[in-house]
Amino acid sequence: MLGRTVLRSVPFRGVARQTLSKTSTRASSSAAGPESASSPFNLTLTASAATAVAIGSAAYLYGQEAHAMTPAEEGLHATAYPWEHAKWNKTFDHAALRRGFQVYREVCASCHSLTRVPWRSFVGVLHTVDEMKAMAEEYEYDTEPNDQGEIEKRPGKLSDYIPAPYPNEEAARAANGGALPPDLSLIVKGRHGGCNYIFSLLTGYPDEPPAGVVLGEGMNFNPYFPGTGIAMARVLFDGVVEYEDGTPATTSQMAKDVVEFLNWAAEPEMDDRKKMGVKAITLLTGLFALSVWVKRYKWSPIKTRKIVYSPPVSRR
Amino acid sequence: MAGAFATTLYRSLFQRNAAYLTGIFASAFAFELAFDTASNRVWDSFNRGRQWKDIKHRYINQAEADEDDE
Repeated sequence: MLGRTVLRSVPFRGVARQTLSKTSTRASSSAAGPESASSPFNLTLTASAATAVAIGSAAYLYGQEAHAMTPAEEGLHATAYPWEHAKWNKTFDHAALRRGFQVYREVCASCHSLTRVPWRSFVGVLHTVDEMKAMAEEYEYDTEPNDQGEIEKRPGKLSDYIPAPYPNEEAARAANGGALPPDLSLIVKGRHGGCNYIFSLLTGYPDEPPAGVVLGEGMNFNPYFPGTGIAMARVLFDGVVEYEDGTPATTSQMAKDVVEFLNWAAEPEMDDRKKMGVKAITLLTGLFALSVWVKRYKWSPIKTRKIVYSPPVSRR
Repeated sequence: MAGAFATTLYRSLFQRNAAYLTGIFASAFAFELAFDTASNRVWDSFNRGRQWKDIKHRYINQAEADEDDE
């Protein structure tokens, strides 16, 4: 790679030098007398001025920060929180996931779908199989067409996916003043800032918008939302849900739980992935140490040999 | 002493290819078992109280208690 770059740059530089000398000769021969062309001081002056202009314009173009959007359009950057489940050796806190799912079902699910997550994925992770069967049976699903081609309704099964609150996007928009509540299955992966952003968004609604802010009709102010005008109003208030394990349902507790749950929904493989990663790194460390030892063992005769030069004895 | 041990090792494991191969497969099996058990135990101690198996007794016992009540 390095060699190739050097090879290519040498002829290029040669060409550049050639053209430079040619043009300078021609320009000076047509404009001024032969003395100024040969004057090294003028050449140095011109080159220095050109360099200064080039550096100055580059600094002007690239040196200053360019923003495509105003800070309000960017949204306030989310605070980085020390998520316990984000550490390399920590799984999700499954009690928190269970609380977060409760928050999703009782608060978020009235507008936001979670269509990529089937009921079966909760079994043995957040809930027992009996709990999940009962939960799935609360919803009705379409059957396959029967002999008459009619589609009937049946209670949900574990293999069904969580039903969306609205039948389609248009219905969702119509019910929410034109705004589409996004699907939450992959929202943690799909937003800059991930968990931090969603937590900040859920807990960042001020009591009233700051002075001078103009909001569209039905919009709410949230500094963390890009554009600051968000159709979703604040939904998490202290005590909105009642946790079955007795955890106090404060706003931040619910936001933390539901964010961790959404992180699980987006990355259900995280627990296993981290465990496999730890195992793989442990094994590979051992193998690496072994390979270092083998290399040193094989090379030791070469590294320790001594080359002796015995000059030819001249025969006379 | 070391020589005697090496001789025994050679006679029992390396001299015959069948014994050598069997030894490799058996030790791979044993290592896998030991490594997995040990690393799972370390992992569970990192994550004490966080995994489903740590909290499921609350819900499974509860379900059984409900059935008893009925």
